[in-house]
Amino acid sequence: MSDIAERVKKIVIEHLGVEEDKVTENASFIEDLGADSLDTVELVMAFEEEFGCEIPDDAAEKIQTVKDAIDFISKAS
Amino acid sequence: MFDLTGRKALVTGATGGIGEAIARALHGAGATVVISGTRTEKLDALAGDLGERAIAAPCDLSDRAAVKALAKTAVEQAGGMDILVNNAGLTRDGLAMRMKEEDWDKVLEVNLTAGFLLSQAMLRTMMKQRHGRIISITSIVGAAGNPGQANYAASKAGVTGMSKSLAQEVATRGITVNCVAPGFIATAMTDALDDRQRETLLSGIPMGRMGSPDDIAAAVLYLASDEAGYVTGQTLHVNGGMAMI
Repeated sequence: MSDIAERVKKIVIEHLGVEEDKVTENASFIEDLGADSLDTVELVMAFEEEFGCEIPDDAAEKIQTVKDAIDFISKAS
Repeated sequence: MFDLTGRKALVTGATGGIGEAIARALHGAGATVVISGTRTEKLDALAGDLGERAIAAPCDLSDRAAVKALAKTAVEQAGGMDILVNNAGLTRDGLAMRMKEEDWDKVLEVNLTAGFLLSQAMLRTMMKQRHGRIISITSIVGAAGNPGQANYAASKAGVTGMSKSLAQEVATRGITVNCVAPGFIATAMTDALDDRQRETLLSGIPMGRMGSPDDIAAAVLYLASDEAGYVTGQTLHVNGGMAMI
């Protein structure tokens, strides 16, 4: 597993307080991991901080699963 | 009751009568208080008087870059942020027919926009902590209007609407957002009134007297406390009964 994927998953686990085995690449933050809209904003902000990148609002809206986040950050960095 | 030991607060406009009373009340309840204002000397004197747990951070709130810098400095110096008191405010009174655009802009910028920018910045810290209090000092005129104060009344009504929106956005994170709306408070400004003006003014107040800065500070202290954790999106009117809304 790539370094980015590891770090993304770690943030998701810490932030949403979910079990590690639930954080699969296809897991949806809202539907599978119990996040609310504010959690998704906080996750995006945490990703920005961790990876030193900026995630514009229109891109942030499309980040709905763990894989979406990994893909976006891989492309951006 | 109302123990703020270990809490960190930022009070803007701390060199004014009400701001100073708020800073003293929060500090007296045990909080570390970052005090901001434009009058550096007065600010330093207040910080010196409060002693430990008081940090002076001068800022011109009409400068957006300075506002953002203040938010950063306050969090760094206090080591976190639990309580934001948006108290700073200014007036540029005049009848609407004659009001200059710059007087409109200046009042909205300092009273409303600076409060939003500080709230936005502090919410980041407060969200992570799962605890926070944002308290804005508004005014009775924000609800009732006042001739000659279209800009000021609009800014205060704006803060009320903003606070209710923020309150809904962050309620699940242990953050409350409220307003305290003073009526007539005895300050240097009201000291300048003549007897007849004073009498007219007091006749509209059931209590028959003006409020003091400490009356406002007590309301802020309550809203900042853990005891007020279930109160959000509200305006606490502290006005001797002059308007019951």
